[in-house]
Amino acid sequence: MTTVAQPLVDGRTWRRLRKWGPAAIVFGIGIALWQWVLPTLGVERYLLPPLTDVLEAFWDNRSELLRAGWITFKEALGGFALGCSVAFLCALFLARWRPLGNALMPYMIAANAVPIIAFAPITNAWFGTLSPWSKVVIAAVLCFFPVLVNTLRGLTSVRPESLELMRSYAAPQRVVFGRLRIPNSLPFVFTALKIASVLAMIGAVVGDYFGGSTESLGVQIVSAVSVAQYETAWAAILVASMLGIAFYAVVALAERLVLSWHPSIRAGVE
Amino acid sequence: MSAAEAVVSARGISKTFGKGGVTALQGIDLEVGLGEFISLIGPSGCGKSTLLRVIGDLVEPSSGEILVNGKTAHRARLDRDYGMVFQAAVLYDWRTVAKNIALPLELMGFDRSTRAARVRELTHLVELQGFEKHYPWQLSGGMQQRVAIARALSFSPALLLMDEPFGALDEMTRERLNLELLRIWSEIGSTVVFVTHSISEAVFLSTRVVVMSARPGRITSIVPIDLPQPRTVETREEPRFFELVTEVREALHAGGADAVEPEPEVTA
Repeated sequence: MTTVAQPLVDGRTWRRLRKWGPAAIVFGIGIALWQWVLPTLGVERYLLPPLTDVLEAFWDNRSELLRAGWITFKEALGGFALGCSVAFLCALFLARWRPLGNALMPYMIAANAVPIIAFAPITNAWFGTLSPWSKVVIAAVLCFFPVLVNTLRGLTSVRPESLELMRSYAAPQRVVFGRLRIPNSLPFVFTALKIASVLAMIGAVVGDYFGGSTESLGVQIVSAVSVAQYETAWAAILVASMLGIAFYAVVALAERLVLSWHPSIRAGVE
Repeated sequence: MSAAEAVVSARGISKTFGKGGVTALQGIDLEVGLGEFISLIGPSGCGKSTLLRVIGDLVEPSSGEILVNGKTAHRARLDRDYGMVFQAAVLYDWRTVAKNIALPLELMGFDRSTRAARVRELTHLVELQGFEKHYPWQLSGGMQQRVAIARALSFSPALLLMDEPFGALDEMTRERLNLELLRIWSEIGSTVVFVTHSISEAVFLSTRVVVMSARPGRITSIVPIDLPQPRTVETREEPRFFELVTEVREALHAGGADAVEPEPEVTA
């Protein structure tokens, strides 16, 4: 097979094919399993409707679903922006005043392990069930801790000689942060931002589950399930998945652009 | 030499780390004159790196007085009187070669065109033309260290402090960089204090070799190196070079460096 394929395509195309081919094959198998194999195995419609039915439901309800997706995505984006920026500022503050950072760090790590999503009903009570702010806040809190912990680690894991170099230039703290600590933290920050993009979407959708604008994606999923419209529920889940993946991809792309100097990024580029 | 022309003047410097802990330096007196190339050599743990950091005001001495360019070491650091080169190149990974070299110039507020001009001169000086846009990870260890040297020289400090800058490099790269360093030193005429644990490197580079002993770190002798300047590849083959290497080695041994360091007996 290899000997047949090689003369047909040039080296570059062949390398790409070899890199992405297996993933594409797995994708195809997954689709085929979903569409044809599961129904013949007797998997009921309410457990998982065939893909074409889901796509049909999406097409029939596309305007509501996309509007709902946009509403929920805005909640996620707002929470992401709020949570990540506050976390970054807190990390700067804690890195600058280390005793404070050391005092608070154990609690930050503990808070990072708390299932914050459990607070979703509470934020509804705080901000009002129908208010988007209750979802924005839960998404923000979900984003906050991983970004804080990772950024703080990035700001403080600076080689001692790098600091001595700054000291030899008699550089003030402002410069040490601007030229050394913050750039040093960026790989850590982007790792956290990628995690946060996923968490923000989860926060917004799950926040919707506990009540929200009837136009939001989470509410649509819950109400579709309650009237046994499983295809519609799955179509909404598909929209949520696509938005989540797109969000992650945008953050990953930003990472590539900002960290073009980083060996791990350069090594990944062909 | 008179105190006025001394670039570094240390009087009775001692340094103890921790409470009643290790005495890294004891009673160090050292004068380094303008344009000298001084090597500090000694067994590991003799405090040679600590002494270099005391000169650079990166470590505060427990006692004694240290003057750099006739002012306190602290004042000299604030005035950016010296450039430092470490054993690791300590380049900032997110900066290109050109931007790493220009870092101190940026901090000192030089404008863009001055920085660009200076980077051009320095990449030429350390022979890294064509690599200005490379990132540190794309360079070999020897090239990284040349960038570090260019960065230290970028703001034309009168004093260059070097802490085993070639210690992590292979022998061939090290010898080539030794020659380059001497060429640079003769071109810019600055004063160098150079820490090394290589006897031949110390003899080859220096105008004087300061021999130190371990625990507590003291200066046991100072060997003037009368090899003619400029030094070349052949310098290492001259009989006088070997005599001086032997002299430094014997001075090190006299200081106790040859004694197998007795491990502290653990009595159960």
